[in-house]
This record gives sequence, structure tokens and C-alpha cells, in this order.
Amino acid sequence: MFDWRWEFVWQILPRLLEATGNTLLAAGFGYVIALVLGLVFALAQRSHFKPLTFATRETVEFIRSTPLVLQIFFVFYVGPQFGIMLSPWTAGMIAIGLHYASYLSEVYRAGIDSVPKGQWEAAMSLSLGPVRTYSKIIIPQAIPTAFAGMGNYLVGIFKDTPMLSVIGVAELMHTANSIGSEYYRFLEPYTMVGIIFLLISLPTASLLRRTEDRIRKKIGLRSR
Amino acid sequence: MKTLTKDYPLQLSGDDSPIVRFQNVTKRYGELVVLDALDLDVAEGEMVTIIGPSGSGKTTVLRMLMALEKIDDGVIYVNGEPMTHMEKNGALVRASKKHLRQQRTNIGMCFQHFNLFPHMTALENCIEAPIQVLGLSKKEACQRAEELLDMVGMLEKCHEHPARLSGGQKQRVAIARSLAMRPKVMLFDEVTSALDPEVIGEVTQVIRKLVAKHNLTMLMVTHQMGFAKEISDRVCFFFDGKIEEQGSSSQLFDNPQKERTQQFLSAVLEAG
Ligand SMILES: Nc1ncnc2c1ncn2[C@@H]1O[C@H](COP(=O)(O)OP(=O)(O)O)[C@@H](O)[C@H]1O
Ligand SMILES: [Mg+2]
Repeated sequence: MFDWRWEFVWQILPRLLEATGNTLLAAGFGYVIALVLGLVFALAQRSHFKPLTFATRETVEFIRSTPLVLQIFFVFYVGPQFGIMLSPWTAGMIAIGLHYASYLSEVYRAGIDSVPKGQWEAAMSLSLGPVRTYSKIIIPQAIPTAFAGMGNYLVGIFKDTPMLSVIGVAELMHTANSIGSEYYRFLEPYTMVGIIFLLISLPTASLLRRTEDRIRKKIGLRSR
Repeated sequence: MKTLTKDYPLQLSGDDSPIVRFQNVTKRYGELVVLDALDLDVAEGEMVTIIGPSGSGKTTVLRMLMALEKIDDGVIYVNGEPMTHMEKNGALVRASKKHLRQQRTNIGMCFQHFNLFPHMTALENCIEAPIQVLGLSKKEACQRAEELLDMVGMLEKCHEHPARLSGGQKQRVAIARSLAMRPKVMLFDEVTSALDPEVIGEVTQVIRKLVAKHNLTMLMVTHQMGFAKEISDRVCFFFDGKIEEQGSSSQLFDNPQKERTQQFLSAVLEAG
């Protein structure tokens, strides 16, 4: 039978909530890096400069085929051997940002590929340059297709933030571990962490689904 | 690619030089020769219609003139200047991207499936390129776009997105969008083929208006033989990537000389 102690829950709740802030910060920051870098990867893979296309494709493939936790360790512990000292936060953000950028680049690519060829030709026939063609014509139409994947990876990156605990980023998992080893009680901290993740993930996912439909309507495309 | 020499002039000069010249233009897709050493001149202000069986290369002619793809051989001249090529040390070399983009501003194109930008309103479709490419202010671009949308009868719908417009309305907006760039040459690729029969008239009416009021040069691919006959200065019958026969509309429609032309015309007339 469970030995669940409510007074212990109330005692550790403030620490867990503070750590939740860090978790959200890590997820949010990592996601922004991944969004921007993912677009850079996607566009680089479409460039006409063959060495760039090749190098980007191989990098993305490499990152996608190795575990995130290895990449986190690698950036944090191998960096110093080359004289690059990074704080756990910086190393963590680089690793998780790069990791998700490589996944998001595929999402963007699928989105860009979903834009009909006629749109490129219309842009070309109006003499629009490549920057304008991407920013005003192609990417706005790629986003509705890409949005579902982008949303999945937002929830994904959030659920992967506990991996940052391995290099000592004080997010939820790390805090729950510390509490556990301080009090020799693991049931309440881990259960609470699970509940907090659930309470954030579920509404976010449903909000994303509704937003997707709104975006499609707003830019004048039919909803799916 | 090798430089082209003497056979191709560095520019066309003389009062009677055409606004568009295809000289010995070849386009291949792999083994398939789609345009076969094509020569075609279009005079300023001329309305030239291209007819011919499906797959004969009609769309390709327009796409090459719009510089949507590279040609494999020959040179296309627009407004006296080489478009697919440019001069370098007294010889013609392949055009740079910049040269192509510059040259494209002379040409406007309307597509069978409109290709309007679905995330922009009719008006936004028409002002984007004039602002970005021609450097018009937003106010100037809007004014120009509104005039043109009025001309095609779409001013009341100027704030609608394409999804809320009928096919005929979309095509009229697409025509206004091309005209907003003030091209010297307009290309129409089967602009009524995707339309319901009852709205074809509203698009052909716009083209009639352009012919009557503006000294635009036009190249039109169409399956509407009646319209072609009525409106064209010249009709070219395409077969296998070549011009099989060409002439004034009465010559070509009423008195075709070549057997293939006769067969094609009787086949389409029978189909109605
Ligand atoms: N991108 C392409 N790749 C391969 N073949 C093509 C391509 N575009 C056109 N073709 C071929 O070129 C030929 C001429 O096409 P097109 O100019 O569209 O004919 P038309 O407009 O007269 O029906 C056709 O046989 C077509 O299949
Ligand atoms: Mg065609």
C-alpha cells in the first residue's frame, strides 16, 4: 500500500514549481533555437550550392541518428577538451536546439515541398527574388502543413528537457532527484513531476490542434 | 556552356525588329525534343495565337519566353536584347540569374490554373511584385492595382482571398496581377481551360478589352478556336515542337494548306 504523505507534497511543491519555471524556460529557449536553426538547415538543403547541401544533409542525418543524451554529454564534456567551456545551460540549449533543429528541418522541408510548383512559377513570372519568394510566398503557405509537426516537436522538446538533468541543469527532473536523495523519499517528487508534465502537455497539445485550424483559415486555405 | 557566336546577333536593331524573337530554340527533356530549332518572331502590338494538339510544345514556348526554365540551344530575344543570353567580350554567354530576373520584368504570364497566392487578398496579390520589384510605394501600387482590378471588373472583390472567388474571377485577378508589372509582352496559357463554360466569357472579354485598348504584345495558347479566329493577328499551328503552319486567322482557319492543320481543325471543330 502507498505511503503517500501530503504534508511532504506541500513542503516540496515550491521547489518543484520553481524548477517548472526552469523546465519551461529550457523548452522555450531550446525550441526557439530549433525553429530558427531548423529553417536554416532546411533552406541550406535546398540551396543550389552543392557542398552546402551535402554538408547540411549529412549533419542533419548524423544528429537524427544519434541519441540526444549523447549529444548533451558531448557538447558539455568534450567541449572543454578543445578549450570551449560552456555552462550546463548553454551546453544544454545548444545540444537540444541542434537536435530538434535537425528534426524541424525535415518538417519545414515537407512543408515547403507541399507548396505547388505553380506558386514558384507565379513568383518567378513576377520577377520576385529568392528572399521575397521564400518569405512572402512559400513559407507562409508551408506553415500550415508544417504546423502539426512543429507542434509535436514543441511537446517533444518539453518532454525531453529532463535529459538536461544529466549535466546538472536545475529543471524538474534534476530537482526531483535532489529532493529524493535529500529526504530518501522518491514517490511524491517523481509523481508530482509526472503530474506537472501531464498538466502542461495535454492542454498544449489541444491548443496546438485548434491553432492549426485557425492558421489555415486565416491565411485563406481550407481547413483539413 | 560554349559561347555562341556570329550566327546570333548581340542585339536586334532596325525599326522593324520584332519585340520577341525565338532563334533556333531547342528544348529537350531528356531524350524528348519538345521544341525543335524553333524560329518565331512577334511584332510589337501583335496578337499571336498558338494552337495545336496536346503535347506539341505550346506551353513550353510560353514557359521558355517567361524564362521559367533554361533552353538547350538557340537564343530568345526580347525587346531587341538577348534574354536567355547576355553579351560578354563581344560574344553571347548564358544569362546570369540577375539578367534573367531583369528580363522577366518585360514579360507577364497567366497560367491555366491561375496560380494566385492563396494567402493574400486579390489586392495583395496585385501589389506584392510592383512594390518589391519595381520599387513602387504601397500607395502607388494600390492605386495601380485598383485601376487594373476595376478594368477586369474585380474591384468590389479586391479584399477577398482567392478561395472565395470563382475560377473566372481568379483568372481575372491573375490577369490584373500580371498587368500591374506593366509588361511589354503578355502570355496566356489556356487561361480558360480550367473554367466552367458559363464564366469563360468574362475572361475572354477582358482579353478583348486589352487588345482593343492597349498596344500590348500577346502570345496566347488556346483551344477556343472561335475566339482565336476573332482576335488573332496571326495564328501558329504547332506540331511536334515546330510551327507546322502559320498565317492570318482567315488564312489558317478558312484555308489551311497543310494536311496536319486540316486534320487538327476538323477534329476540334467536330468535338465542338
Ligand atoms: N517538366 C517536364 N519534364 C518532362 N517532360 C515535360 C515537362 N514539361 C513538358 N514535358 C513534355 O513536353 C511535351 C510538350 O509539353 P507542353 O509544352 O506542355 O505541350 P502542350 O502545352 O502543347 O500540350 C509533352 O510531351 C510533355 O509531356
Ligand atoms: Mg499546355
